[in-house]
Amino acid sequence: MTMKFTDTLGFSLSAITRHPLRAGLMLLAISIGVASIIILTGLGEGARRYVTAEFSSLGTNLLIVIPGKTETSGGMMNIFSGETPRDLTLDDAHSLKQHAQVKRIAPVVIGTAYVSWQQLSRETAIMGSNAELLALRNWKMARGRFLPPADSTRAAAICVIGTKIRKELFKNENPIGKKIRIGDRQFRVIGVLGSEGRSIGIDVEDIVIIPTASALSLFNSPSLFRILVEARSRDTLNKVEQHIIQTIKARHQNEEDITVISQDAVLGTFDQIFKTLTLTVSGIAAISLTVAGLLIMNIMLVTVSQRTAEIGLLKAIGASRLQIQSLFLIEAVLLTSFGALLGIALGFSGNYLIHHFVPALDNTAPLWSVLAAFVLSVATGLLFGAMPARRAARLNPIQALAHR
Amino acid sequence: MIRLTHINRVFQVGDQQVHALKDINMDITNGEYLSIMGPSGSGKSTLLNILGLLDNPNSGEYELEGEVVTNLSDEQQAAIRSTQIGFVFQFFHLLPRLTAEENIALPMMLAGISAKERHQRTRKILQTLGLTGRAHHKPEQLSGGQRQRVAIGRATIMQPRVLLADEPTGNLDRHSGQDVVDILESLNQEGITLIVVTHDPELGERAPRKIKFVDGVITVDTGTQQ
Repeated sequence: MTMKFTDTLGFSLSAITRHPLRAGLMLLAISIGVASIIILTGLGEGARRYVTAEFSSLGTNLLIVIPGKTETSGGMMNIFSGETPRDLTLDDAHSLKQHAQVKRIAPVVIGTAYVSWQQLSRETAIMGSNAELLALRNWKMARGRFLPPADSTRAAAICVIGTKIRKELFKNENPIGKKIRIGDRQFRVIGVLGSEGRSIGIDVEDIVIIPTASALSLFNSPSLFRILVEARSRDTLNKVEQHIIQTIKARHQNEEDITVISQDAVLGTFDQIFKTLTLTVSGIAAISLTVAGLLIMNIMLVTVSQRTAEIGLLKAIGASRLQIQSLFLIEAVLLTSFGALLGIALGFSGNYLIHHFVPALDNTAPLWSVLAAFVLSVATGLLFGAMPARRAARLNPIQALAHR
Repeated sequence: MIRLTHINRVFQVGDQQVHALKDINMDITNGEYLSIMGPSGSGKSTLLNILGLLDNPNSGEYELEGEVVTNLSDEQQAAIRSTQIGFVFQFFHLLPRLTAEENIALPMMLAGISAKERHQRTRKILQTLGLTGRAHHKPEQLSGGQRQRVAIGRATIMQPRVLLADEPTGNLDRHSGQDVVDILESLNQEGITLIVVTHDPELGERAPRKIKFVDGVITVDTGTQQ
């Protein structure tokens, strides 16, 4: 005595569609839960992809050397122990080049200064570096050429500018060969950076790049902001890191006063943080499904008590308890499945809308979250439909039939 | 063949015990037509529910076609209700969201019979009941008499041996009540066992065998008069 599956579906469907408002409310409750899971995981994933992409754009196999040792014991220790981090110098940077596994080295100096051409002037970020920076950071040139591979201790008066600076200072004129004033010095423009490159904390459109030595002298400081080191391969990253620490330590009176960050480690950490964040946020969204589940249970209970006569009749004409129970359970699951489908559509539209307003964020919801949301809502239907269905199955058919 | 031996049914109402059926013994042969009469609360409906396997006695044995059905599982009793017993109720109990045809086909659907066979069988029965033109009408579009005819179609579609009718004319006007009685009696003439529970003396008198209940006890059983 088993009903055909299509008949069961049809029967439950006819029961659902008889109360469109009630069914609509349940669908809405479930779909809001599902949509919020999809939108929130989409946002979380989008943020993760954004940050990952940012770090990847720094270049591959990259190590970043920063002056000062970050210690877990806290910053105050340095004061008591009398240790002060030494400056990273241009010589330090050159000393690192000796290792066979080091492919490129770019010392970086950062500061701000007024840049002006004719009557136009603006304050902008000035970066001092060398010829290798371009390849190391995967930047492209829009026009002209980058800093030449010359002796970086020579303070050549040349510069490369970002597209925004070019637009603001030169309007439609060709900037190549023009002399601009940075601080109190003259620099000749030799190239314009392409705007497609993006890097954490640096807007390539709004920057002027000059040789390291020029920057050190412009800012009147011997200290580098950091040194970027690119290893030949991923496998040698550890070896190169050790080499950097040993070399600098030897140069700094045997004191380890630098920090070496590998891009991979940073990337991995951020990846992990964002994954956890996404999970947490979608977990919170899943709670709203539970609320929807309670609503479904409530409405199903009302349905059962309104349909006592029907249940009694079904029993009289040969339905077993199990059959009645599965009929009501399938009704709940059908509702939640439709709700989930609606929610998925709603979630994707929401993601699309958000992407429309924040194009930089690729907030496509991952497949796992869509599947999880669907499975979860079906499970919600089963879980919260079970009690009303059992109640229906246990109804006394005589009393049920006494209902008019 | 129905055989009831020492059937007792006790209900707990508040802190009182109501003895609805007291040691009922009864034999009903196949193809019989009997009426069960008696005042409200006399136990006649309880007997009908037990005969229809909607209720189980506290003690005693119910034998249907040689099989003791009193202690069968819910699944097994459901299967017997499906194939051997048909119910006709005072308030029809049609599902309002289904058409006449679908209502009649409902027992077959529960039993897992294919849509094609359902359609063939319902068409035949709609014709016999004079409802062919009403096949796709919802109950609310049907008159009382038509509704009860649909209910009879539903009760007999599985070709049961026993038809249990609880006040089948109680909610109908005189004319359509007569129609329904005619249909039930012609089904009985074709061999179905017809058991009618009623308050209506006129309806009760029609049956060859008349049983009267008072306070859970059979006071009159005319037996089958040949």
